[in-house]
Formats: sequence, structure tokens, C-alpha cells
Amino acid sequence: MSAPTQAIPELRGFLHGLPGVDRVGAEARAATLASRSIKTTAKQWALDMAISMIDLTTLEGQDTPGKVRALCAKAKRPDPADPTAPMVAAVCVYPDLAHVAAVELKGSGVHVASVATAFPSGRTSLEVKLADVKYAVSAGADEVDMVIDRGAFLAGDYQLVFDEIVAVKQACGDAHLKVILETGELVTLDNVRRASWLAMLAGGDFIKTSTGKVAPAATLPVTLVMLEAVRDFRESHGRQVGVKPAGGIRTAKDAIRYLVLVNETAGEDWLDPDWFRLGASSLLNDLLMQRTKMMTGRYSGPDYFTLD
Amino acid sequence: MPKFEYAPAPESRSIVSLRESYGLFINGEFGPSVDGRAFKTISPATEEVLAEVTEAGPADVDRAVTAARKAYEHTWSAMPGRERAKYLFRIARIVQERARELAVLESLDNGKPIRESRDVDIPLVAAHFFYYAGWADKLEYAGYGPAPRPLGVAGQVIPWNFPLLMLAWKIAPALACGNTVVLKPAETTPLTALAFAEICQQADLPPGVVNIVTGAGETGRALVEHPGIDKVAFTGSTEVGKQIARACAPTRKKVTLELGGKAANVVFEDAPVDQAVEGIVNGIFFNQGHVCCAGSRLLVQESVYDEVLASLRRRLATLRLGDPLDKNTDVGAINSAAQLAKIRELSEVGEAEGAQRWSPPCELPVKGFWFPPTIFTGVSQAHRIAREEIFGPVLSVLTFRTPAEAVEKANNTPYGLSAGVWTEKGSLILWMASRLRAGVVWANTFNKFDPTSPFGGYKESGYGREGGRHGLEAYLDV
Repeated sequence: MSAPTQAIPELRGFLHGLPGVDRVGAEARAATLASRSIKTTAKQWALDMAISMIDLTTLEGQDTPGKVRALCAKAKRPDPADPTAPMVAAVCVYPDLAHVAAVELKGSGVHVASVATAFPSGRTSLEVKLADVKYAVSAGADEVDMVIDRGAFLAGDYQLVFDEIVAVKQACGDAHLKVILETGELVTLDNVRRASWLAMLAGGDFIKTSTGKVAPAATLPVTLVMLEAVRDFRESHGRQVGVKPAGGIRTAKDAIRYLVLVNETAGEDWLDPDWFRLGASSLLNDLLMQRTKMMTGRYSGPDYFTLD
Repeated sequence: MPKFEYAPAPESRSIVSLRESYGLFINGEFGPSVDGRAFKTISPATEEVLAEVTEAGPADVDRAVTAARKAYEHTWSAMPGRERAKYLFRIARIVQERARELAVLESLDNGKPIRESRDVDIPLVAAHFFYYAGWADKLEYAGYGPAPRPLGVAGQVIPWNFPLLMLAWKIAPALACGNTVVLKPAETTPLTALAFAEICQQADLPPGVVNIVTGAGETGRALVEHPGIDKVAFTGSTEVGKQIARACAPTRKKVTLELGGKAANVVFEDAPVDQAVEGIVNGIFFNQGHVCCAGSRLLVQESVYDEVLASLRRRLATLRLGDPLDKNTDVGAINSAAQLAKIRELSEVGEAEGAQRWSPPCELPVKGFWFPPTIFTGVSQAHRIAREEIFGPVLSVLTFRTPAEAVEKANNTPYGLSAGVWTEKGSLILWMASRLRAGVVWANTFNKFDPTSPFGGYKESGYGREGGRHGLEAYLDV
């Protein structure tokens, strides 16, 4: 599976030449892996790993500097009662609030991620999208979550999607680029595989399932196909790309299922916050509750964990 | 050491209460044999003795057949279909209620992973009883005439690979059609059949409708050759199947045989590769390859050979072999020392004949019967491992260039139980399916079972169909 990186006219042929995905088979495989039973020491390890992989996210019209500051505090110290709880990987906000997060998180090790490129629909000109990216980066974002042009992708204009990702990557400078495929709009797993390869060929550092604004957001079968894609891409191109399922992951049980999927699909090289992230907000408290339960043997109620 | 080491997650054994010894189930009651002989059944994963089981001799078989005959004539054949259905529905519900217990018992006695007995075997057992319960009062609409009659007493002999599921395949259609049965489970896996006898009691099934006689080959022979049997149903090896066919040829007994297989799993260059690899794994490593319809011959189109084999090897390295009761185990124990010896022998023959043997790094438990997942490449049609049924986790890999060659190679076997086709091209699936001489052809999947679908073989894989509407025919006088 060697691919053209620059030989542009072959892009379409290459993407259409990727092996198909049989939906029934992919769903069955994801369901089997979801039935793995993760207990005791394995669960302890997985809960901490999941916490450290979270991109703690708030992407609402009602977001304020106050809200973002609170979220950053939570990101740095998720469980005020227990300093051994790990930090999350990043805080993910809209570009106009990136500077707030940057100030709050400075020196903490928690990354500042900002969505950009007219998130979530991406329906504007390339100039505006690039300005959006530059604005976010200049405000202190070291990770940029862009959306692809799903309309162009579904219309078969892969070149346009490719060129946009290349341009955004350039505009990112040193910032890490996560490419949101919005798989809920791509619908088929064949499309998910093609879009994953397209994003990787164009230089994306991460491929991400969803904006969280479209249902369905992240699902296990979609993430399975993306993990297969990054695995195969590293084998053929020698570059490792990360994966980020986002949206709809709410319970510790769900999060652990994703870790099992990573472990048995892409392999343990991806079991690291540098290579796998979980885009979520309410998930964190469930992980913390489970963690406390593992350590004390008792469940405590939601009142004992901070909202943000 | 792996980063993400799954801690042991064993299913609890406490749900199963094993008795020290089990009698024969004849005429609705457990009782001793005439001559008092017994044998032990062990857990193949640990060689621990699980229980002592009674060995039925000819006199016991005769008592069982007499009980079945009486129940047939006085109770069961005269009972309206809708009444028989009630019993079958009741049995199905009890199986569901006791599903966890039955799954643990099956994994203990057989060695198969709890994930499979829990998610495949036992749900299918219940599904078979539900399905045939539905037919019991609708036989006149099955296409066999206005009032099809049952055959009488069925003598049924089942194998050790899917103990309770094979029991369900045999007993559910037989009872739905109005027959009574004497069933002999395999000597290495009698425990779930005996638990099923308890379920018959729990369901208030009239005495004699189901009789379970435990024992080995001699017990089976006594049952099959008993003159009071109207119907013989056998699932097992082709060798024994032939003996049964010969023994029944000069009699009035009707016979259905479900025997061995050497199925081809055909992967074309346009296959969905990741799912095909799953299908190959599921085809040959499901149930340790103790599956008569296992996809034991992989036929890969030469143009994607390297890619498919690399993916397959990578995937095999993630298979988890070990304690069958651990919920994360993918590959369990080989059912018996005898079967392990046979797998080893044929694997050695494979190497001696020049095929290349490969297994992933895999630690085998010290006690019990174990064999690692194994792939042979460089296999040709002339090799014994491409022709003989190994009935273990051993895959022979061959290649082909064109669809016509794939069909030729797939059909070039004395067997014809199943086949698999992997391609994204619908027309090629249909083209292949119409040419493969196999009872089941799976397209982009493998080892999928459903009570509504008939199952059975061509050639040395046997005759007769089980499952679906077709499965009724084996138990009706048509």
C-alpha cells in the first residue's frame, strides 16, 4: 500500500483503491472487543490512562472566560481531593477563548487546543479558515482541531479537501493539527477509511472522528477503522498519526472499551496521550468516580466531584 | 511486559453445582446402569476430574429405547402440536434462565472459552428450541403434505465440539415433529446433556420423551444398531459415519449424517482485508478449530497474498490463549489428549511434507491439553494437511490466480460442508456460490449459525439437513 504523496492526479484512484470495509464485519469486531472484561489492576491502569488522554472540551455559544478558567483548573487538578489523579491532556475551546486557556495552563503541561476553520460546519472561504487558524495559534493554541470540507469530500473533490488540509497545516506552524472528519456526515465506513488516508497524506498529525455537533459522534466501529488506517499508514509511510474519538463518550466503561480497541488494533504504541485522545467533557467525572471507587471500595455521589 | 496487561477476569464457577456422579436419564429419572460401569469426565484445561458418569451398556440402551417407544406411542405422538410447542418453549426459557450456569459448565467440560459458550453456544441452543417450538403446530404448512407423521424413536449421537448446541440441533426438531429420542452425548463432554436432562424434569416433560444415555463408542453402537430405533441422527467423524451408514443400510431406519469437512475460505484481491482477516481467524480458531465446518483451507488470491498473510500474522499475535473460564480468552483448550495427539501428528506430517509452520509467540499452560494457533504456508493440494480434517487450530494456506482456479481447488476435496467467499463484488459472490459444492457458502463472514438456516453437507460431509424448514424433513415420515 504505497501511496502518492505529491502525485496529485492519482489521489482519487488511490483512495478508491483502498480495501473496502465490510460494515457487518467491522461492527462485529468492535462488539467483540467491547466485551473484553477489564478488572482490578488493568482497570486501575486504564482509568488513569483514559484521564490523561482527555481533551477536556467546552464548545458552546455561552462559553465565557470564567467558564474556560474553571475548566482549566479542573484540567490541571481533576480531583481536588486526590493529587495522585493525573492531569488531562488538553483543554479544547473556541479560538476567541484560546488566550484565556493559554494563560491559565501556562507551564502546567496541559495543552491548549482550539477548534478552527469555521468549526463545526467549515462552510466559509479558505481565507477565513486560515485566518481562524492563525488567530487561534497566535492566541496560544498549540493544537488546532480543523474540520474538513465534507461537502467537497462527498462530491468527490478530494483534491480540494487535500489542499485545504495542506494549507491549514502550514498555517499551524508548530502547532499540532488534528483533522476532524465528521464521520457522522461521511456515514459509510469506506468513506471513513478514505478520509482518514486523505487527512494523513495531507499532513495531519491526528485524525479525529467528530465535532460533537453531529449525531452520531464517535462510535467504536468508526474508531476501529481509523485505528486500522493509522496502523497501515505507519507501516507504509513510516509516520505515526494519532487518533481522537470525540463526542458521545460519557462513561468510564466506554472509555476503557476505546483503550481495548487501541490496544488490539493499532497496538500499544498508541496507548499514549501523544497518540490517542478522547474528546469529552462529562466523561472525566465518571472516570474520577470509578477511580475513587477502585481506591476506596466505595462509590461517592456526583456532589463530591467538581462540575468544572 | 505489555503496557495494557488484562488482569485475570475469570467467570465464577460457583454457579455450577457438580454432582460427584451422574446416572443415566431414562424414563424421566436418573438411575444406575445394569452393570454399574462408569467413567470420569475431566476438564481439558486442567485435567481435573469433574464428575463420574455412568456408562450405558446394551441393556441400558434397550431400557431407554423401550421408554422412548412407550412415550412415543402413549403420549408424545398423540399430543397436539400446540401442546408439544408449550414444552419446547418452556425448555427454551429455562435454557435462557440457566444460561450462565450452562455456559460455565460447557466451558469446564469442553475447554472452549467462556466468551464463546456465553455468546454463541448457549444463546443458539435457546434459539433452536424457540424456533422449532414455533413449527410444532404448523407442520401441515411445512410443505410435506397435510398431516405429516413423525418417524418414531430417534437414536441420536452427538460430538464433543458443541455439546449442548448439537443436542439442541438434534432434540428440538425431533420433539417438534412428534418423535421421542434417546441421545448419547460424547464421552468427553456429557455434563451439559445431563444438565439438559434436569431441564427436561424442570419443564415437566413427560417421562421417556427425552432419554440421555452416556458412554463411549460402544454405547453409541448399541444405540444405532438397536432394532427399536426408527431414525438415526449422527454428527461426528466421517469414519464413524460410514460405519453407521453400513450398519443401517439393511434396516428400515432413516439416517441423517453430519460429518467432517475441509472447508475452503476464499479471499479475493478486492476483499475487505481487515474483515477477511477476522473471518479467517473466526473460521479456523473459533472453538480451537474443533468445528466440522471450519475454514481450514485458506485460498488467497496471489496478488494480495503478502498483504493478507502479514495482516493475519499480526492478528494472530493478539489472540489470547489460556483459561477457558477467563472472559478475555480467545482460544481455549484442546478437548482431549487423543485429539491433541491427532493435531500434533498431522502438524508434523505437514512439516515433513515441506510446508512452513508458524505460530505466534504464545505460552502454553503446563497442565491440560493445548495447541497454539498455527499457520502452514506453502501448502499444495497434494499435502495431507490440505486434504485431511485436522479438527484443530491449524490453518493451511494455499493460493490461486483466477476465480475458476479458486472454485477448482475449493471443490477438490472429498468433503463439502461449507465454504467462505470474501470479495466486495456481489456478482462474484453469486458466481462462486453457484459453483462451490458445499452445504453452506458464507459471503464476507464465516461460522455464522442461525436456527432458521439449513445446515448439512455434500459428499463425505454427510447427508440430510439440520435447521430451518429443511430440518423438519429429517424427523417426518415423508
